[in-house]
Amino acid sequence: MSENNLIYSINGPVVTIRGKTGLEMMEMVFVGEKKLIGEVIRIDSDAAVIQVYEETSGLRPGEPVYSTGSPMSITLGPGILSNIFDGIENPLSDIASAAGAFIPRGLHPAPLNEETIWDVTIKVGVGDRLTGGDIYATVPEKAIEHRIMVPPGLCGEVVEAKPDGRYRINDKIIVIRDERGGLHELTLCHRWPIRMARPIKKRLPLTRPLVTGQRVIDTLFPIAKGGAAAIPGGFGTGKTMTQHQLAKWCDADIIIYVGCGERGNEMTQVLTEFGGLTDPRSGKPLTDRTVLIANTSNMPVAAREASIYTGITIAEYYRDMGYHTAMMADSTSRWAEALREISGRLEEMPADEGFPAYLPSRLSEFYERAGYVQSINGAEGSISVIGAVSPQGADFSEPVTQNTKRFTRCFWALDKSLAYARHYPAINWNDSYSEYTAELADWYNANVGGDFMVLRSEIISLLAEETNLMEIVKLIGSDVLPDDQKLIIETARVIRVGFLQQNAFHKDDTYVPLEKQLKMMKVILYLYRKCAAIVADRVPISKITELKLFDRLIQMKYDVPNDKPEMFDDYYKEIDGALAALTSGEAVAW
Amino acid sequence: MVIEHIGLSYINGSLVALDGVKNASFDEMVELRLENGTVRTGRIVQIEGEKVIIQVFEGTKGISLVNTRTRLTGHPIEMKLSRGIIGRVFDGLGRPVDGLGEIYPDEERDINSSPINPVSRVYPKNYINTGISTIDALATLIRGQKLPIFSGSGMKHNELAVQIVRQASVADNEDFAIVFAAMGAKNDVADYFRTSFERANVMHKVVMFLNLSNDPIIERIITPRCALTAAEYLAFKHGMNVLVILTDMTAYAEALREFSSSKGEIPGRKGFPGYLYSDFASIYERAGIVSGSPGSVTQIPILTMPNDDITHPIPDLTGYITEGQIVLDRTLDTMGVYPPVSVLPSLSRLMKDGIGAGYTREDHSTLANQLFSSYAKVQDAKSLASVIGEDELSPADKRLLKFGREFEKRFITQSPYENRTIEQTLDLGWELLSQLQREDLDRVDDETIEKYFNKK
Repeated sequence: MSENNLIYSINGPVVTIRGKTGLEMMEMVFVGEKKLIGEVIRIDSDAAVIQVYEETSGLRPGEPVYSTGSPMSITLGPGILSNIFDGIENPLSDIASAAGAFIPRGLHPAPLNEETIWDVTIKVGVGDRLTGGDIYATVPEKAIEHRIMVPPGLCGEVVEAKPDGRYRINDKIIVIRDERGGLHELTLCHRWPIRMARPIKKRLPLTRPLVTGQRVIDTLFPIAKGGAAAIPGGFGTGKTMTQHQLAKWCDADIIIYVGCGERGNEMTQVLTEFGGLTDPRSGKPLTDRTVLIANTSNMPVAAREASIYTGITIAEYYRDMGYHTAMMADSTSRWAEALREISGRLEEMPADEGFPAYLPSRLSEFYERAGYVQSINGAEGSISVIGAVSPQGADFSEPVTQNTKRFTRCFWALDKSLAYARHYPAINWNDSYSEYTAELADWYNANVGGDFMVLRSEIISLLAEETNLMEIVKLIGSDVLPDDQKLIIETARVIRVGFLQQNAFHKDDTYVPLEKQLKMMKVILYLYRKCAAIVADRVPISKITELKLFDRLIQMKYDVPNDKPEMFDDYYKEIDGALAALTSGEAVAW
Repeated sequence: MVIEHIGLSYINGSLVALDGVKNASFDEMVELRLENGTVRTGRIVQIEGEKVIIQVFEGTKGISLVNTRTRLTGHPIEMKLSRGIIGRVFDGLGRPVDGLGEIYPDEERDINSSPINPVSRVYPKNYINTGISTIDALATLIRGQKLPIFSGSGMKHNELAVQIVRQASVADNEDFAIVFAAMGAKNDVADYFRTSFERANVMHKVVMFLNLSNDPIIERIITPRCALTAAEYLAFKHGMNVLVILTDMTAYAEALREFSSSKGEIPGRKGFPGYLYSDFASIYERAGIVSGSPGSVTQIPILTMPNDDITHPIPDLTGYITEGQIVLDRTLDTMGVYPPVSVLPSLSRLMKDGIGAGYTREDHSTLANQLFSSYAKVQDAKSLASVIGEDELSPADKRLLKFGREFEKRFITQSPYENRTIEQTLDLGWELLSQLQREDLDRVDDETIEKYFNKK
């Protein structure tokens, strides 16, 4: 660490050093006597500009800036899962036990516990040739097998290997000699710069859905494993709630939940709530597969900007081991605002609404780190990214929403009027879309049911017809509609209330398997077709609604437990019975 | 040795620049002594080598380039604290103005505080009974929550805040305190709060911070921070349950805008600085409960929406940070409904974990959902009626309209002195729903219907 660089000016989180400093662009530095973490973001001919990741209050000109010689990096190794970090991988629990309830400055405990002892199985022997990404050891970590990989870029021959045993993360495990004869000691962890995507062998097509158990998502607007989705919505429309539901129930192996500039209590909620829930697939606590990155809105703004990259780097690390990861970023708008804030302090020329002109390129860089890939060691893994967007004034034409729309292929638009009526998830079926539907059709047809996609289109067209009819109803009331159109409205009501609306607090309804989703669609459409036939025979719709069949179907999400799909058969009998009585009764009366 | 710097190099709005300063630290407090003997307080907001830029809280009126001596204090702005602050009145910078003398501090705290570690937060679950039906049933206030009131000029937000204080805190145990911060509030508003606190016999529990509308504008940026420092001290050091009322956040944001533009910063939406969100967060996020302390900080910020526009940056950014909002409605207000709470956009995010069996009553969440859902349909029926006339409506829509009117008249409306228990509120909700028919209720299961529907 050199320290001949002295602070010249201070403006909020932006600090300048005068003179030719020798600092590198994007290099991580320690600023001042308190050693606040910072990053070099601009180098002029006679000055270097640093953004500081901690509160700069009390900093003086003339204090030293220490160079580290490497870019902003995080430590990757066992111990990440079920941990909670801030935006630059400071372990928040360790900070709490060292400093109490409030976060002090300049306190940087080791990101991963250095004393924990891991059961290590060594996978290589002396003489083996290894290249970047190769797995040389495995460690059981929570719900998964943590595969320790050679850092990308390094290759050579193993000249020393420890036997299987119990090691700490900084213990030497193997030694590699590269082609030039240099020796590299590898431990259980390595560091990786957060702004650099980890290399991959190739991208694979997206053909499998990320199953979330949320009907409106899985059925209407599915996201692929390796895909990217945006959830825009004004405040109070349920972005965070939807993100929490996805983090709880989606079928990824690892969840990285990034609370970026959001509420502190929400992170506490994730911590407490996830601890009490069990993953339906592994049977272990949900926290075992979850990593939390918490940079709440009152924590320093520069670290908020970094938190997104820290999250996705951790996702890439687990992806390289061959796992399916999903990252929830709540909210990317706060991240964009952090960019804007830093950009303003640098006096850069603003573009749209004060956001810097490089906002779209930063967004695309980030979303492109999602994907279904073959990693450099040949394993297949994926990163799905779900980014919440908080548009100002719930106006979707603002720059962050618009640019996010360009780089994500799935758009779940949250709707204020649905939220006001407490219709959750408040995903508007007219404004939302998923471009993955076509690519996933084969998977759904092969794994859920051959008619899944057909039924889905029927549901969508019924909803679309209802939207059109409602325009008329709003003007003249529903009484004047002909019976077949009334039937569409009634069926659409069942779809909206009984199918799309989902109760996150109900033990069965919070997560619904695809099979049940399919069966629900089938029953609803069966009733619709049956009724349509009867209405065509001039039986008045009021006679049908009196049977309360529609209301029975609205309740079926609660009445049929997730593990008893056979109960759906009873609905067909009930519908047939009730409607048969109606038609025969009518025939007599005729 | 104390160094005094004579003179200034330039003055721009509330900012002054000083050259040749060694050893200044960022965010440090400074004192500016004028020739006439008055002392003003400032804060270093930017340092460039030996040049520092100082924000003067009392404004720069009367300051010239030669008549000022500036002294660095060596520390950021601090608030003197002791248990004795309770019952006292301070100015916007945290200095006593009630003539009762100085505070003998047992602690001096940096008013900026450090962020609460999310790991150390305790998730708020204890509900506060405010005795106001719309809040208790539909946007339940939780201890440790930040729940703002979105109002507009001329609406009854102050009355509502006072009623909450009167009915919530008085019922509480002994260890409660109220921290009241006025930012740019009118003199009569501050007086109204003071007399109301006196009448409710809680004045000896109140810490008041007054930056009134004729007080220096830049001082307002400091006022909420002083108030919250006092609140945190009482809550986390002395284990008290503190209710903080901040009024008016709109005036605060405007002061921030003024400061930002005089600093020459690039403006964001409507001229407000790009960091308005982070700045608001540094205030609102200071609500909460931390593990290891029995105390809590609950915030009720009040803001007047410019032109009643909820998409204006001030209410908009506030809503993104706070845990819900209570929105007041102009139409209800002109109809004479008190409190004029607009039910549909009002929301409490922490409500779901603080209600139900063991907290309020088992049917609370179902009832709230059903009231929201039915009242949302009332709005559709209303707009349909305005097109085709009420007579042409279907019987179901007519029922809804009737329900809507009764709901506004009996559920939303209550006297400023009426303190309803949660049972009264919930029973009233069911009584009103019973005017509808079973099939109109789509959020209620049969068991709950059996127990509560049509019981009167």
